[in-house]
Order: sequence, then C-alpha cells, then structure tokens
Amino acid sequence: MRFTYSDEQAMLLDSVLRFGQEHFPPTERHRLIQQGRSGEAASWAKMAELGWLLLPIAEECGGLGGGIAELMALGEGFGRNLVPGPYVAACVLAPALLARGGDGQYDLIEQIGTGETLVAAALLEDDGGYDLHHIATRAAVAGDHWTLDGAKAHVEDGGDADWFIVPARTGGETADRTGISLFLVAATVPGLRVERFRGIDGHRHARLELDGVAGQLIGAEGNALADIEAAVARANCAYLAEAVGSMEAVSAITLEYLRTREQFGRPIGSFQVLQHRMVDMTVACEEARAMLCHIALSLAQGQAQFQRAVSAAKVRIGECGVYVGQQAVQLHGGVGFSDELIVSHHLKRQMMLAIAHGSVDHHRMRFAA
Amino acid sequence: MEFELDPADLAFREEVRDFFATGIPPEWRTRVRAGLRLHPEELIAYQKSLAERGWGAPTWPVEYGGTGWSPIRQYIFWTEAAAADAPAQFHQGLELIGPIIFTYGSQALKDRYLPGIINADDWWCQGYSEPNAGSDLASLRTRAVREGDDYVLNGQKAWTSYGHVASHCFVLARTSDEPKRQQGISLLLMDMKTPGITIRPVATMDEKHHTNEMFLDDVRVPVAQLVGEEGRGWEYGKVLLDRERMVTASVAIFLVQTVKGIREAATRRTIGGVPLIDKPGFKAKLAQYEIEVIALQTMVLKVMADAAAGVDSGPLGSMIKLRWSQLSQAGTALWVGALGPQAAHFAPLDNGYALPADMPYAMQGALYARVTSIYGGSSEIQHNIIAQRALGLKG
Repeated sequence: MRFTYSDEQAMLLDSVLRFGQEHFPPTERHRLIQQGRSGEAASWAKMAELGWLLLPIAEECGGLGGGIAELMALGEGFGRNLVPGPYVAACVLAPALLARGGDGQYDLIEQIGTGETLVAAALLEDDGGYDLHHIATRAAVAGDHWTLDGAKAHVEDGGDADWFIVPARTGGETADRTGISLFLVAATVPGLRVERFRGIDGHRHARLELDGVAGQLIGAEGNALADIEAAVARANCAYLAEAVGSMEAVSAITLEYLRTREQFGRPIGSFQVLQHRMVDMTVACEEARAMLCHIALSLAQGQAQFQRAVSAAKVRIGECGVYVGQQAVQLHGGVGFSDELIVSHHLKRQMMLAIAHGSVDHHRMRFAA
Repeated sequence: MEFELDPADLAFREEVRDFFATGIPPEWRTRVRAGLRLHPEELIAYQKSLAERGWGAPTWPVEYGGTGWSPIRQYIFWTEAAAADAPAQFHQGLELIGPIIFTYGSQALKDRYLPGIINADDWWCQGYSEPNAGSDLASLRTRAVREGDDYVLNGQKAWTSYGHVASHCFVLARTSDEPKRQQGISLLLMDMKTPGITIRPVATMDEKHHTNEMFLDDVRVPVAQLVGEEGRGWEYGKVLLDRERMVTASVAIFLVQTVKGIREAATRRTIGGVPLIDKPGFKAKLAQYEIEVIALQTMVLKVMADAAAGVDSGPLGSMIKLRWSQLSQAGTALWVGALGPQAAHFAPLDNGYALPADMPYAMQGALYARVTSIYGGSSEIQHNIIAQRALGLKG
C-alpha cells in the first residue's frame, strides 16, 4: 500500500509544476487571462506536444489511458500554479462521454488530443440544481437527423468550445433517470444561441438555448445517465486534486508571509492566534489530501463506491479548500484582498471548484442517499 | 498511488474477522459506541482473551511478547475490532509505560512488568499531572529523595485516572534541582500497595468515577524501580506523550462505532411517523459527520502506511488527536440530539422507570468527550506543537 505517487506519476507532477511556473507565473497570469483563449494558445500547444491532452483519453479511443492517479497528478500540478484553461472539460470529461459513441467519435477525440478542437459538456439545466438526470431538453427525429429543443443553464468551460455534448430526452419525463441520450452539437449550428460568461477565476463558461438545433446521436439511444455520472466523477477527481494543489500552494505562501511580515516589531508568525490559524489551515490541507487517498482506495470497490467516495471528497475538499483560501486572504491582511497578489486568486478558484460539477450541499445529499 | 492489500494481509483480515465473529457481549455495545471505557473487569477480560490468542500487544515487537504486526496489520486489526463493536484496549500499560519499559528499562524491569501488561495481570495508572502542572508539565513539584536503596516520594498528583483500580503507577518526580526545569526529573515505577499512597476520587461532569487525585507521603520506592537514568525522565516522558498522541490514531478508527450509535438512535426515533434518519436535515448532518470521520480515518491509514515505509509522518499524530477529539465531541452531541426531548432523562428518580435505550451512556459519552480535547495534550497544546514542529513558527 502506498500513499504517494509512483515515480512516473511524481515525474508527471514535477513537469506540470515546471510548466505552470513557465507559462503562468503570477506576474503574467493577469495579462494572459485577459486575452481569453488566445492567452492560453501557447500553453495549450505545449500541452499537446507533451501528450497531456491525450493522457486522460482511453487507449481504445487513441489516448494514453491515464488513470485516476495520473489525473490527480495533473490536477494537483495545475492547482499549485493556478493554470487556467478548459483542460478538465475538454480532455477528461468530453472524451469520456464521446467514448460512448465508439469509433464514430474517434476522429473528434483525436482532434481534442492534438489540441485542434475544444469540446464541452452541457450538463445542467435550470430548476435542476446539480442533478445530472434533471433534463427537460428534448430530442426528436426529424427525417434523417435529430433536432434538439431546450436550454442548458451552465456549460463548465464551454466559452470557447467548438462542439457541445448535449444530453437530451428521447424518452421519459424531466426528472426520470431513464430516457436520456447524448448528442453532439456544433457551436455554430443554426438555432443554437451561445451566451458566454467569465468566472471570477478567469474560466470561460457558456449558457445554451437550443431551438430546433441539429444534433448527432452519440452511441445508443437512451440510458446515457450512468455514462454521464461516471464521466463527471472522473472529471471531479482532476478538479479535487487541483483544489488540493491550490490549497497547499496558498498555505505555503501564507506560512512564508507569517515568517517574514513584521508588525509590532516582530514577525506576525510569532503571534499565537495566527499560529493556530495556520495550523488549522495545515490540518485542512491534510484532510483534503486524505480525501484524495480515500477516492483512490475506493477504486477497487466498483463504480458505486467510487462515486460515493468522490461525493464525500467533494464535500470535504470543497469546505476545506474555501476555508484555506479565506484564511490565506485573512492572514495576509490588506494585501490578501488585493488583486495583485496570487493569494486572492487561489480563493476565487477554490470558490469555483467548490461548485464545479456539484456543490458541497449537492454532494452531501448524494453521499447520504 | 497503490492501495491494494496484498494476499497475506487479506488472509490476516479474515483471521481477525473470524476471531471477532465469536462476538462482543451486547451489553458492552452502547458504552463502546459512546466512546466510554468499559468497567475495568470487562477490559481485563477482553485483554486476557486477546493475550490468549497471542494478540495482547498489537504494537509491540515480538521479542517483548508483542505481535510484531506491520502498521497495516495493526490498522486491519483495529478496523475489524471497531466493526465488531470491540472496545479499544486499555492503553495506559500497553501504549504508555510498556514501550518506555522495553525501550529504556533494565532487563529486570522488562522481565517483571511486560508480561503483566500483556496478560492484564497488572493495571497501570499514570502519575504525571499535578495541581499546578497540567499543560506545563515541566513545572511538576513531586520530589523523590534518595535514601539508601530507596527513593522517598512526597507530593500530590492530579487526574490519576483509574488510580483506584490500578496495581501500579508510573510517576514523574523531581530527583534534583537543575537550572533547566526539564532536567532533574526521573521516571519511577511504583506499586500502588506501597504505604503512604492515598487515592481520593474526583467527581467529573460525566458522573462516572474514572479519575482521582493521589497524595504521596513518604512513599518508599526501591531504586531498582527507576526507569533508565536518574534525571532523564522528561526525555522518556516526552517520548511517551508522543506515543499517547499515536494512541488516538488507533482510537480514531473506533469512531465508526459512534456513527452506528447515532444511526440506530435516529432510526428508532420517529417524528410525525417518519424516522429521524430519513429527515433531510438530519441526513445531511449525519452525512457530514461520516465524511469527516472518513477523512480522519484515511489520515490514520496514511500514518500507518508512512510508518510501514519508514517515513516520519511529522505532526500528523497531533493533527489526528486534534481532529479525533473534535469528532468524538461532535458525534456524541449528534447522538444526544437524535434522542430528542428524552435526552433530558439521564437517570430515573424512582425505581422502575425505563430510560431511552441508549441512555445514560449517550449523554455520558457526550460529557466525557469534553475531556478528550483536554487530556493527552490539550487541543491548544497540539496547535502549539504543530506550529512549532511542523511549521517552524516560534513564539
């Protein structure tokens, strides 16, 4: 039994860390994020060159077949340097959903792997909270193709997508767990309205309205929910590791600040009340990392236990991550609140990670179910 | 990362599971789940049953009568014990003084005392704290003055848990005055039948007699009962306190029993015909608690895996102590909450009135849990330890 990365995984983490320092140093981060997708062009090309875009993709789809531990190493590395970009949406979530389509989707998956194409999954609808089965959007056969009508309230990292994967009803009622199929929709197709939004962490999302939009069925009709839930759980693993990487990074930055910042003629880290807060942040980091290990331990126990472990981790890492981010800002005082320091950016990313693919409350109830 | 148990460990787990399948008496169950210690005679019976199986000392090396189990096997053992509603073994002899004796004690002390700990023939209590030496233990004032072949002890000890049932006590006493307060303290092993020892019970908020104050008036302890060298007791004591924190690592595994206790109480109680356990608000609270227990248990497993790999876990032991005490308090509070209005019924005033099924133990557990963040280094002391040792923050 081993709680650390294997040598290969550690090497991967190491290169992700170097990549982050090189492409997104805190001094450049602002400028690059403001440029939108073009600010990520160089780093995305580099990731393609390193094979990282292919890493999470299953071997039978032409990818490198990376497992949960590899996803965690990548995510942790991204989190430490707050690497922006739609990596999880495009390279983890989308290929896992497209795999349902078998060799009919291999070309698109290959384009994701080379970095030519971005695909995002449009999973959430109004009135459905974070429930993946709450789908009112309907698909109907029109001649030789499918058309979709409905709306999607949030598409994680869908702001620059060339394609959307859209779950829609081919049967059943809005909250049913059956009758859900997956469709591929081009971002430029007539009848599709794409509204784009920037998040506080620089990620770019989308909202969709579909009015008689042409879609291509991915795989078999119906019963797509199990695949969606499995794919989202896998994507969450990368996000959870990103949160842990960010927590540990911002804790280290805060500890260094406590050692060097002087007030009242001595380092503020000599004050017990601040020491104890720093300890609570450190304990929160340990708890969060333990939840990653808990996920890894669950892998041998089947998909249901794995998803339950992911929900447990979403709860605790979501709470601990936001707590650590908030306290990092607090212990830095005024400069913690400033936009110039990377500290506040960690808090903003933690807040967004805590609600990505299911909030703390949502996952607590999933765990309890 | 790899998390598979190897086949030999899996076989071991079956063996342990079989052992516990014979069952733990049902009358132990509620008290065990509430985090309360069983009666001494029950704990002695439990310890003897383990010793008979060769499992009396799960954390000790084979040469001293221990099992020599790897940390992973210890984890498996405790996990199975917890699942079977077995109690945690009484730790004062097994985890606190035993390892000090086999690490620093003379051969004579090892021969005399180690088997008695494993077989539960002796019961040990701890003579550390004093009325004016709690978290600041180094300020202790009990004196041990050498007279011929004896030390003569005078002083007062506080919080001597199970001093009223113990056959032996390990005592820290000052044998000389040195410029540094931590120096000149010695560790002595004392027979509780020695003349001059007075034990007085201390009433505690959980209304359970487990602790005492102990007065030492000209108590003669033979010099051969000194552990290690004179004046170095503080060093041994510190090793011991570190170990005490690790004891909580094993105890933390038993929190799943508290989860069971809460779950059963919330299943029994209905509101408007709906079991409390099915009410969304309660469900969410219990889920939160279970998730935090999972995080702590995975931290424990990590300590064990680190130990197996020879890696120093640093302050993880202190972190576990901290979180375990918080969770034992939160869990027992949730349990008491699940009892509803009848949580107010702690004891019948007349004969023949029935209490709720898990009372008074659930409430006693909730009250007892308050001391878990005080003993063994209070939560505030644990914060100091982590700040200083792990984070390098100095006062």
